[in-house]
Amino acid sequence: MDNISTVNLDTDILIIGGGAAGCMVAIEAKKIDPNIRCIIMEKAHIERSGCLAMGLNAINAYLNNGQTPETYTKYIRDEFFGVIREDLVYSIAEGLNESVKQVEELGLPIEKDQNGDYVTRGKRSIRIFGERLKPILADAVYRAKVGVLNRVAATNFIFDGERVRGAYGFNSRDGKLYVVHARAVIVTTGGASGIYKPIKKGDARNTTWYCPWNVGTGYAMGIRIGAEMTSFENRFIPLRVKGVNAPTGTIAQGSDIMHRNAQGEEYLEKRYKHLGGEKCLSIYRLLATLQEEKSGKGPCSLDTRGLSTKAEEKLKTAYLNMNPAIVLLWANDGYNPGKRPVEISGMEPVVIGGHCQAGYWIDRERRTTIKGLYAAGDVAGGAPKKYVSGAWVEAKIAIRTAIDEIDNVELSHINDDEVDKEKERVSHLVSGKEGIPHEELERIFHEIMDEYAGGATTHYELTETKLIIARDKLKKLEEKLENLHAEDNHELVSCLELIDRFDVAKVLIEHLISRQETRWPAYQTRTDYPERDDNNWLGFVNSIYDPVNDRVKIVKRALNETLCNI
Amino acid sequence: MSIFIDEDVCNGCGRAEETLCERICPGDLLFRNERHKAEIRSQADCWTCGACVKACPVQAIDLKLPTQILKSDVSLRAKCTKHETTWEIRNRNIIKEEFVIPATTGNGVE
Repeated sequence: MDNISTVNLDTDILIIGGGAAGCMVAIEAKKIDPNIRCIIMEKAHIERSGCLAMGLNAINAYLNNGQTPETYTKYIRDEFFGVIREDLVYSIAEGLNESVKQVEELGLPIEKDQNGDYVTRGKRSIRIFGERLKPILADAVYRAKVGVLNRVAATNFIFDGERVRGAYGFNSRDGKLYVVHARAVIVTTGGASGIYKPIKKGDARNTTWYCPWNVGTGYAMGIRIGAEMTSFENRFIPLRVKGVNAPTGTIAQGSDIMHRNAQGEEYLEKRYKHLGGEKCLSIYRLLATLQEEKSGKGPCSLDTRGLSTKAEEKLKTAYLNMNPAIVLLWANDGYNPGKRPVEISGMEPVVIGGHCQAGYWIDRERRTTIKGLYAAGDVAGGAPKKYVSGAWVEAKIAIRTAIDEIDNVELSHINDDEVDKEKERVSHLVSGKEGIPHEELERIFHEIMDEYAGGATTHYELTETKLIIARDKLKKLEEKLENLHAEDNHELVSCLELIDRFDVAKVLIEHLISRQETRWPAYQTRTDYPERDDNNWLGFVNSIYDPVNDRVKIVKRALNETLCNI
Repeated sequence: MSIFIDEDVCNGCGRAEETLCERICPGDLLFRNERHKAEIRSQADCWTCGACVKACPVQAIDLKLPTQILKSDVSLRAKCTKHETTWEIRNRNIIKEEFVIPATTGNGVE
C-alpha cells in the first residue's frame, strides 16, 4: 500500500459523520438550496451508523405542555451547577418541537394517546417507536440527492493554516484516500467512547453504552488544527442496566418504580430526599447509586417486581426499539422484570457533548473557532442534554450559517505536498513489516486512563497527583504510536481510531487537571478539591492544542463569554 | 458470542457485491468467507446492536448475549417488513415470544 491512490472530489458543503446531526444537516441543506452540492463522509453506512444504530425509544429533549425555552434552560443550568452556555441551550430549546415534527413527517412513528397527543414520559420526554430512526433519516438523505461516501473514515481536515478547506478520508473498501475539498465543512462525528477501559471484558468488551465506533475523531481532527475545545472535564457516566447497558430511563422515567439497594432500602428516598429523592436530577441518581455500592450496600436495582404482564410487554417493546439485548437477557435468565428487580450500575466515562458538554467551543450560529468549520450534535460543546432532538436543532442552525457564509468563499485546492503528507501518515501504518497491533497499545492506554484518570475501577475519582502520572505515562506511550501496524484496511481504521483517542485523552487530562474544584460530582470528582468553588471556577475550562510544541494551552472563559472567534 | 450466523440458512446474498449484513454493520465486522457465507471477524468487537439481524433477508442471524455460550438455546431474531419489525425470542427454534412493532409510518416514502 505504499502507493495508496487518491480520489479527488469537490463540493460546496462537506458533512463529516452521517449520524442524527449529519443527516439533518444534509436534509436541511437541500431544503434551503436544492442546487447546493453536498457530501456526507461516513465511516460506516448512514443507514445504521453511530449511536442510533440500535434505535431509540424516547426523545428526551422535548417541550411538553407547560415547558418553555426558559424553563428548559433553567433545568439544564441547575443540573450542571450553573456552568452551561445558556445561549446555545436556549437556541436548542426554541427548535426542539419543530425538529421532532419534521422527523415525524419523514416517517418516525411517535406514540399517541386517544386524543392524538404524544405520550409523554415526564416533562421533557416523549415515547417513540424509533427502531428505524436511522434508516428513516438515511432515506430522506438519499431522496434529497445528497452525495454519500459510506465506509470512508475521516482522517484529518484539509487546513491551509487559515481556513478548513475540506477533509481527507480513508475508504476501508477500496483502500483509497479521499481528498474532498469543500467551501464549508460541518463536523458531526459524535463524542468519544473507548477513552476509558470498558467495564465488561472478553467477548462483552464492546457492549458499551455509547457506540464503540464513535471514538472522538471529530474532536481529534479539530484538536490537531488548533480548534478551541470546551469542558472535556465534564465527562459523562451513564447509569445503565447491568450486563447489557440498556437505558434505565426506559423503566424509571415517568414511572413510580423505586431504586432499591441490596438491603431493601429505598436509598434515594431515604438518603437523598433533600436532593429530590426519586425525583432527583440524574447526576444525583448516579452519585447515590455509586455511593451505595461503595459503602457495601450494592447491588442497586430498579424494583420492577409486581409489574403486570401488560406492563412487562410494554417495557420489552420499548427496549426492542433501543437495546434488544436486555429482552434476550430476561429470556436467557428465565425470568421477567415483574419477578426480579433490574440491577443497575455506572459505566465507563464517555467524552460527549450531547449528554454532558465536551466539545468544540462554538458561537450561537455554530461556528467553531476555525474559519470554514461548523459543529453540531455530540461533537459540539457547551450545551448538555441536547440528545437527538437537540442535535437536529444544532444541525439546522449550523447549515443555515454555513450556507449564508459561503457566498464569498471560493473552492480552493490544497497543494500536493499536504496531500502527500496525509497519504504518508495513513499508509505508513500498513507499510512496515513489524510493528505493534493496535489492540496491544489500546490495552495499555485503557489501563492508564482507568487507573490514573478516574476510570470505573477507581470510582471515577480524580487527583492532580494521579492525573500527572497519567499525563506522563500517556506521553511515553504516545511515542509507540509510530510503530502501530495494520494487516488490512479494517485494522488500519482501528489504528487511526486509536491515534484519535490518544489526542482526545491528552486534552481531557489537561482539562481534568485544570479544574481545581468538584463541579459535577461523579462526572468530575476531584478528591483533592472536594468542594464547588464558584469564586474561581464558575466558568469554562477551554483548550487549544499547539501542534508545533505539542502543548495543550488551557484558557479560562467566563460564563457570558460567547464570542469565540479569536 | 454476540451473534450466531447459521451457515445452513445464509445464502451469502447471492451475487451482491457484499452481503447486506456486511453493508450495514456499523463496526465493519462482517465479511463473506470462502464458503460464500457471512462471517463475523471478531465477536468481541460486536456491540450487539442487531443491525445485521434486522438486515438479513433470510433470517440467518441470531442475536445472542456476549456472555452466552456458543449455540446456547435462547436467541433473538428479527424480520423487517416495510412498516413493521417483528421480533422473535426463540428457544431451540421454538418461538417463545413475539413482538410486532411499528417501524415507519410510511410518511416519508415516495
